[in-house]
Amino acid sequence: MHDKTLAELARGLAAGDFSSRELTSSLLERIKRHDGALNSFITVTGEQALKEADAADALRQKGEAGILSGLPLAYKDIFCTEGVRTSAGSKMLDNFIAPYNATVVEKLRHAGTVSLGKTNMDEFAMGSSNENSYYGPVKNPWNPTLVPGGSSGGSAAAVAAGLVPAALGTDTGGSIRQPAAFCGITGLKPTYGRVSRYGMIAYASSLDQAGPMARTAEDCAMLMNAMAGHDARDSTSVSRHVPDYTQGLDKPLNGLKIGLPVEYFGEGLSPEVETAVREAVRVYESLGAQVIDVSLPHTSMAIPAYYVIAPAEASSNLSRFDGVRFGHRCDDPADLEDLYKRTRAEGFGDEVKRRILIGTHTLSEGFFDAYYRKAQQIRRLIRQDFLDAFTRVDVLMGPAAPTTAFELGAKADPVQMYLQDIYTIAINLAGIPGISVPAGLVDNRPVGLQILGPHFGEAHLLNVAHVYQQATDWHQRRPEIKE
Amino acid sequence: MAIEHANVLRAAHLARLGVSDAQAERYVDDLSRILEMVDRLSEIDTEGVAPLSHPLDATQPLRADEAIEANRRDSFQKIAPATADGLYLVPRVVE
Repeated sequence: MHDKTLAELARGLAAGDFSSRELTSSLLERIKRHDGALNSFITVTGEQALKEADAADALRQKGEAGILSGLPLAYKDIFCTEGVRTSAGSKMLDNFIAPYNATVVEKLRHAGTVSLGKTNMDEFAMGSSNENSYYGPVKNPWNPTLVPGGSSGGSAAAVAAGLVPAALGTDTGGSIRQPAAFCGITGLKPTYGRVSRYGMIAYASSLDQAGPMARTAEDCAMLMNAMAGHDARDSTSVSRHVPDYTQGLDKPLNGLKIGLPVEYFGEGLSPEVETAVREAVRVYESLGAQVIDVSLPHTSMAIPAYYVIAPAEASSNLSRFDGVRFGHRCDDPADLEDLYKRTRAEGFGDEVKRRILIGTHTLSEGFFDAYYRKAQQIRRLIRQDFLDAFTRVDVLMGPAAPTTAFELGAKADPVQMYLQDIYTIAINLAGIPGISVPAGLVDNRPVGLQILGPHFGEAHLLNVAHVYQQATDWHQRRPEIKE
Repeated sequence: MAIEHANVLRAAHLARLGVSDAQAERYVDDLSRILEMVDRLSEIDTEGVAPLSHPLDATQPLRADEAIEANRRDSFQKIAPATADGLYLVPRVVE
């Protein structure tokens, strides 16, 4: 059962081939057997999962099951889940039991899904390799000496290893698409505002977006149908019609205009990754698409702009972790300032501290205009590059990451690590949707093809990804895991 | 713009983040390299370009000034480090 997609499992449940309890038990057993080596889960909620599975089975008996009823999934540990530890990968929240559910968790619960637990992540979603978690690094199921990508690396590794058929991630600068690429799964970052951020522990509020991580575009579409939509509790969520993302998945791609950004195929891109991506584009041409070179002239400014805007927002968002209301509190503080300073020094890891310091510095008197205002101006230019490109083409394609997964510990220099997100970060600054789909293997390491669309173009992106997955089998490749 | 030891300590104080002198020294190196990368922003002429703070260029919607959530003080206070009489307890700062 662990090899099947969500869609296949949904058909199996509907046909009575197995129950949700059988499916859930089998995956919980698999997590017990394999996750020690992967470290992809922070918390496994086995007992609760079985209760939810029984409830889904009972609903099915009564003929009231929906399409997602009884299907297991897992949540990145950044989504608040009532009564369950929600740590954001941080010592600061190691003892935090969320008192409510994030809106997406609530929606997926109502749709009948079964939560197996919370997946490992870079602390407060800050990282590109999943080495920044208080709970230790996640290993890539394709090769345990490799990183799974970050910051939703736990979700990506769990799906790739067949511990769970789908998981939720969040993407602030590429944190769904990059780990999806490194682990050989499909990950969608929706348009900013398409999915509620309520109950998602905030890193950079104008960039963070929740999205599905699964084996196929079809599975992502099924999850998006339950996740997307306006939420009155999130003032950044958009009130706009939500299409049925599973409709139109098979629409032929004749006449599709694909733009290849010249900046995405330059220095720094591994030749093997480039070959795989260009081969994928040739598949699209064989399916009737037309390829056009386009330019996104401000691409090289995306990482500098991001590393002003995201840390600035983080320094503000993370100010709430002060030892007063929840989370870690230092012992025997002398006074309030000592309480704040020592609590935060003890509770946050190195990367989080680095970003708080950068954010606070760039927002401080004398530096604000040179850094923050400038970065926000450049953000507009980056967004305009995409808007201009989408007047000429329907979608953009390129690599999701410049290389395949790298060795654990290989990138000690933070700036070198930041460059991993060169092809994903601009998308968050512009707020457009992007998807990464498996498109090759280099030395048994997955390559991700990134497909980008205009704002609210998720349904089309899923269609473009799905048709590719009907024509290729990269998404069916699985890492070898000794049973 | 290079960052100096004093800048790191100032930022740490503003962020209420405990950083020792020795740690600040280490951050000077990391933060300098990050700011060196960020300084590339100055290569672009942004004269007359309006800053973009919301990726959809939208303004924040306002709602009526009405309480819409139930009072959940008890469940929220259950997870606090220390409370008394419905209040959060923090170390004494005024004798």
